[in-house]
Amino acid sequence: MIDSIKSFMGWFFVTGDPMIYGADASIALASIGIVAVLTYFKKWKWLWEEWLTSVDHKKIGIMYIIAALLMLFRGGVDALMMRTQLTLPNMHFLDAEHYNQVFTTHGTIMIIFVAMPFIFGLMNIAVPLQIGARDVAYPFLNALSFWLFFVGAMLFNLSFVIGGSPDAGWSSYAPYAGAEMNPGVGQNYYLLGVQISGIGSLATGINFLVTILKMRAPGMTLFKMPMFTWSILITSVIVVFAFPAFTVALALMTIDRLFGAHFFTIAAGGSPMLWANLFWFWGHPEVYIVLLPVFGIFSEVIATFAHKTLFGYAVMVWSMVAISLLSFITWLHHFFTMGNTAPVNAFFSISTMLIAIPTGVKIFNWLFTLNKGRIQFTTPMLWALAFIPNFTIGGVTGVMLAMAPADYQYHNSYFLVAHFHSTLIAGTVFGIFCGLHYWWPKMFGYLLDETKGKWSFWIFMISFNICFMPMYFLGLMGMTRRMYTYPAGLGWTPINVVMTIGAFGMGAGFILMAYNIIWSAMHGKKDATGDPWNGRTLEWATASPAAEYNFARIPHVSERDPFIAAKEGRKSGNAASVQRYAPIHMPNNTGIPVIMALLMFVAGFGCVFEWYWMAIPGAIGVIACMIARSFVYNDHYYISVEEIKRTESATGRLS
Amino acid sequence: MTNATLSLHEKDQSKMPLEYTTEEGDLRIFGFWIFLAAELVLFGTLFGTYLVLQSHTAGGPTAKDLFEIGPVMAETIILLMSSFTCGLSTIELRRHNKKGLIGWMSVTILLGLVFIGLEANEFYTYAVHEGAPLSRSAFLSGFFVLLGTHGAHVSLGIVWIIGILLQLGKRGITPVTARKAFMAGLYWHFLDVVWIFIFTAVYLTGLVI
Repeated sequence: MIDSIKSFMGWFFVTGDPMIYGADASIALASIGIVAVLTYFKKWKWLWEEWLTSVDHKKIGIMYIIAALLMLFRGGVDALMMRTQLTLPNMHFLDAEHYNQVFTTHGTIMIIFVAMPFIFGLMNIAVPLQIGARDVAYPFLNALSFWLFFVGAMLFNLSFVIGGSPDAGWSSYAPYAGAEMNPGVGQNYYLLGVQISGIGSLATGINFLVTILKMRAPGMTLFKMPMFTWSILITSVIVVFAFPAFTVALALMTIDRLFGAHFFTIAAGGSPMLWANLFWFWGHPEVYIVLLPVFGIFSEVIATFAHKTLFGYAVMVWSMVAISLLSFITWLHHFFTMGNTAPVNAFFSISTMLIAIPTGVKIFNWLFTLNKGRIQFTTPMLWALAFIPNFTIGGVTGVMLAMAPADYQYHNSYFLVAHFHSTLIAGTVFGIFCGLHYWWPKMFGYLLDETKGKWSFWIFMISFNICFMPMYFLGLMGMTRRMYTYPAGLGWTPINVVMTIGAFGMGAGFILMAYNIIWSAMHGKKDATGDPWNGRTLEWATASPAAEYNFARIPHVSERDPFIAAKEGRKSGNAASVQRYAPIHMPNNTGIPVIMALLMFVAGFGCVFEWYWMAIPGAIGVIACMIARSFVYNDHYYISVEEIKRTESATGRLS
Repeated sequence: MTNATLSLHEKDQSKMPLEYTTEEGDLRIFGFWIFLAAELVLFGTLFGTYLVLQSHTAGGPTAKDLFEIGPVMAETIILLMSSFTCGLSTIELRRHNKKGLIGWMSVTILLGLVFIGLEANEFYTYAVHEGAPLSRSAFLSGFFVLLGTHGAHVSLGIVWIIGILLQLGKRGITPVTARKAFMAGLYWHFLDVVWIFIFTAVYLTGLVI
C-alpha cells in the first residue's frame, strides 16, 4: 500500500531536479503567504465581492494584466535559464530534456499567456471608455473569458511540478507531439491548457466585435473611432475566424492522444503535415492578433505626445484591414522546407512579402505624425519611438525570410529566432509596456514614476539590442534553434556570451519596472484631473479611475479626437450638459464565471491524466453552470441619480 | 446623425419583432450571428480535415464499404423535418402564440432526439459490428469526429431548448424568452445546414467515389 502510494507520488509529482524542488517550495510558500495575508486582513469577502465575481470591464482588465505580468515573469525566467545554458559551449546547467521543456513553456507562455491576455487587459480597460460605452456587450461572457484564460494558464503551469512539462515546442509538431513518441502527460497539459484559454479568447473576440460595432457613443461613426479601437475591431475579426481552426486542431490532437485516433500519426493513414497546416492557419493570424492592437496603442501614444492628429487616419485603417486579410493566406511560410511544390512556395512567398507594404505604410504614417510635432518624451512615448526602428528591423528580416529559396538557408536557425523576437519584443512587448504606462493612471488613479520608467525603458531597450542583434549573425553562422548545447571551436561562443548579458539586462529592466510599480503604488503622483497626458480620446474625459458606470451621461461625438475638440471648446465629446442624469442600468456581479472556469479546470486536469471519473463530472458541472445561468433573470440593477451625483461630485465632475 | 448610430429607443419599436425590441436582445442576436460565423470556421476545419483524410483508410473499411443510403436518408429527412417544425415555431413566436411555439419546439426536439438515436445506432453498428471504430484509420477518425461534433451540437441544442421551453412555460413570451427561442432557432437551422454539407461531402461522395 505504502509502496504504491510512494510510486504514485513519484510519478505524479515531478522529482529528481533540485531546481524543481526549489520551485515546489516557493510555490507552496507563496500560496501559504497569500492565504495567510488574505485571512489576517479579513480580505476574502472583499476579494470575492470586488474582484472574483466582478463583471466590470475595468476590473477584468486589471486582473488580465496582473495575471499576464506574473506569466511574463515565469516566461522570462524560462528565457534566462535557456540563455544561461547556452552562454558557453558544453554547459550542463540544463539537460537536453529539461531544455526542451523550457523552450516549449517559454514560447507557449509568452504568446498565449502573456501577449494575448496583456492585450486583452488593455483593450478591456480602454475600448469601452474610448467609444463612450458603459461596459462591453456581454459583461458576463467577459468575466467568463478571463477566468477561462486564467484556469487555462494555471493548468498549463501546473505541469511544471505535477506530471511533467510538455517538450514538443510551442508549435507542438506531429508526430513528435503524438502519444507514440511523447508518452506521459506533458503534451496533454499543453493541449488542454491552451484549449481552455483559447475558448475564452474566442469569446473575447466575439464580445469586442459586437461591443465596437454596436455600442459606440452617438455620432461616433466607424471612421471617427480612435485608432486603438479600430485595431481591436480588426483584431476581433481575426480572432473569430482564426481561433476555431486552432480549437479543432487541439481537439484532434487530444483525441489522437487520449482515444487513439489517427489524425496526425504516421500509422493508419494519419497526416502529420495536417497538424502543421492547421496550427499555422491559426498561428500566423495569431501573430497579427498580438501585433495589430499594439499598432493601435502606438498610434494613440504617438498622436498624444506629438500633440498632433494622427497622420493618414483612413490609410492607417485600410492598411490594418489589408494586413488582417493577408494574415490568413501566409501560413505556409512557416514550413517552406517541408516538401511543398515550387508554385505553392512561390504563392506564399509573395503573399508574405505583400504584408510588408501595408505595414510599411503604417511606419511612414507614424513618422509623418511625428513630423513637426511638439514631441514630449514621456515613458510611453519612449517605448513608442523605440518601436519604430527596432520593429522595422524585425520586419525587414521577415521579408528576407519570406523568400522561399533563401529560407532554405535561414530555416530554423537563430536568424529566424532573432527575427520573431525583433517583431514580438520590439512590437508586442514594447507596445504592452507602452500601453501599461499610458493607461496606468486611468486604471489606478496615479502615475508610474517617470524617472524610473525611463531608466527601465533604456535598460530594457538597449539590452534587447545586445541580446538580439548579434543573434542574427549567430544564425547566419549556422547555429540552429532548439539545440541545448554546442561544441567549442565553432566561433559561436563570444556571441552567445554577449547575448546572455543582453538577456539578463532585459531581466534587470523588467525588475526595475516591477519596482517602479510597487514604488509608485506608495508614492506615485495622483492623477486628480483624469487627463494626465492631455489626451485626445474619450477615456481621458472620465475620472481616474473611471466610475463604475464610466460616463454619467453618454457623450455625443461629432469628430475624431473628440476630447481634444471638447477641450478646445468645440462641442464634440461634451456630454450635452443640458441632459439630466438618469438612472443607469448595470449588470449584477456573478460567481458563475469563476465557478464554471474552476469546473473547466477540473475537467481539464482529469483529461490530462485520463482520469475520466474526474473529467466527466467536471464537464457536467460546466454544462450545469450554463443551464443555471440561462435561468437567471434578475441579472441587473440600477444606479440611482443620487448615487451618480454623489460619485460625480467626489471627483468634481458634477454639472 | 446617421442611421447606424440611431439608438434603439429612437427606432419604431412597434414594427419590430419582439426579440429585437430591447437593446440587449438586439445585441445578443447580433453576437449570436458572429458566434455562428465562428462555428462555420470550426466545421469548415473539420470538413477540410475529413476530405484530406477520406482516402486514408489504411487497409480498413472504406466509405463505400460502410455507408448505406437507407439510414442516412432517414436521418436526413428527420433532421430537415425538424428544421421545418422549428421554422413553424418561429412563426408562432411572431404571432405571440405561446402554445403553438412550445408545441412546435417540442416536436423539433423530439425529431432531434430521433435523429440522435439513429446516429448513435449508426455509430454503434460501424464501431462494433463492422470493425470500424475511430482508432481503425485516419478516415474513420475524421468521420467520427466530424459527425460526432455535429451530433454533440444537436444534443446540446436539445438540452438548451428544453431549458428555454421551461422558461417559456413559466414566463410566457417576453422580449427575453422570445430572444432565446429565436436564437435557438438560428442554431437549429445552422446545424441543419451543416448536415446538408455532411450528407453531400461525406455520404453521397463516399457512396459514389
